[in-house]
Amino acid sequence: MKSNLQKVLESGAFVVTGELGPPKSAEREKIEHHAKILKGYVDAVNLTDNQTAIVRASSIACGKIVLDMGLEPTIQITCRDRNRIGIQSDVLGAAALGIKNMLCIQGDHASFGNEPQAKNVNDLDSINLIATLKKMRDEQTLLGGDKLEAPIDIFIGAVANPFADPFEYRVYRLAQKVAAGADFIQTQAIFDMERFERWMEKVRELGLHKKVPILAGIIPLKSLGAARYMKNNVSGMIVPDHIIDRLKAAPDKKEEGVKIAVEMIQHLKTVEGVAGVHIMAVAWEEIVPEIVERAGLLPRPQLA
Amino acid sequence: MIVAQRKPLAEIIKAVEPFEKILVLGCGECVTVCMAGGDKEARETALALSLARRKAGKPVQVKSHTVERQCEFEYLEAARKLVEEADVVVSLACGVGVQTMNMHFAEKQTLPGLNTTFMGYPAEQGVWLENCLGCGNCVLEETMGICPIARCSKSMLNGPCGGSQNGKCEVSKDLDCAWHLIVERMLKFNKLDDLMKIRPPKDWSTSHHGGPRKMIREDVKL
Repeated sequence: MKSNLQKVLESGAFVVTGELGPPKSAEREKIEHHAKILKGYVDAVNLTDNQTAIVRASSIACGKIVLDMGLEPTIQITCRDRNRIGIQSDVLGAAALGIKNMLCIQGDHASFGNEPQAKNVNDLDSINLIATLKKMRDEQTLLGGDKLEAPIDIFIGAVANPFADPFEYRVYRLAQKVAAGADFIQTQAIFDMERFERWMEKVRELGLHKKVPILAGIIPLKSLGAARYMKNNVSGMIVPDHIIDRLKAAPDKKEEGVKIAVEMIQHLKTVEGVAGVHIMAVAWEEIVPEIVERAGLLPRPQLA
Repeated sequence: MIVAQRKPLAEIIKAVEPFEKILVLGCGECVTVCMAGGDKEARETALALSLARRKAGKPVQVKSHTVERQCEFEYLEAARKLVEEADVVVSLACGVGVQTMNMHFAEKQTLPGLNTTFMGYPAEQGVWLENCLGCGNCVLEETMGICPIARCSKSMLNGPCGGSQNGKCEVSKDLDCAWHLIVERMLKFNKLDDLMKIRPPKDWSTSHHGGPRKMIREDVKL
């Protein structure tokens, strides 16, 4: 059976996905609280996998919690913490729990997080992770060649970062991920719309937007501090000065942050090849319903 | 070459505390070239140990010597007399040399005086860079002579990741992104097809992940 995300994508509707960061604890009520806020406003929600290498509750466990609440999870899988044995085992376990959407990412280096002395595994890289999941699903085969005893039902996601370098390579990297087996793409958060559009132009030149749906990343800015932090401290992100200046000049920073997000989404709806948005309001989940509503994306499709 | 760095003197002083006769043994190979454990460093370390113990009111006899190559048994014999006279040896060789010393002079303890850092090259005076992990299955032919296993922080076979910006690695602005360099070189040599190729997962069994390695060459074996 197809995931809700896959169904909404195939329906041609403009997709909305959200993101939840599992807690730095075993408090399931925290994940439930955020899931309640997002339910009905997003088509699926990402559960981050120890984002920025900080130890948190497992994405699969939290994915199961939200799934039981009727919100569809997309679990993130990084290459940083597990080798191919652990990853394939987790894929089977997550699929057994009914989790279908799986997003393949490389993962921030452990030196960013709260266990900087950890061994970085990186047995597979993100492109090979995609190919591994595809092989498990389409060929019912593990990477090492063993046959799975039964088919698995998964929907494979990958990420693209138009703001990383070398810029001219980035669209080829997307092509590699599509060739490896990505069913959908979520991009890094966009603040530099001009660069994103240049990237999309190349995406269309290669016809990649017809091969894979692309969900454009949005991070609503809660404060000037948050914008500055992302500009200076988050790897692979570009926050142009005009965004910083706009927030600086605004009397109500949060309202301005919402306005920026809504304007971006409205613009993205007009960009050929953008199939939807991926809203990453981690630590500001409560703002998502308002943004989705003001961007004219309600109600979310209810597909059988 | 194998690049190494002397351990902090305080650590060596602490390690030799129980001993009265110390031999500091240098090595004439890689560690001489990288200025960590050659004859000069062996003399300096011996002097420093001797001075530290005198200051502490526990004078000690310290000698220094350097063999041509500590990682091969046949060169160790040249130090036998000095080793036998000493209570302990502080080796200024890489980790390989420290271990051959402990094997060859099994009745005597040889302690490490260096931290072996990596296989690499001197990029400029006083600066060394890592560029080989000894993974046992060289990919340099596929990556334009730049090793992604050793020089990419995530050892990616298909890079660069999303953390590469302005040619630098996300781990440090002082670190070149190896995949940025590879991509640039591939484009320069018109190898777009190679760039688009998906290199399959690495077989790590030829590296240390396959267990400690042993190499046998029947053609040269006696």
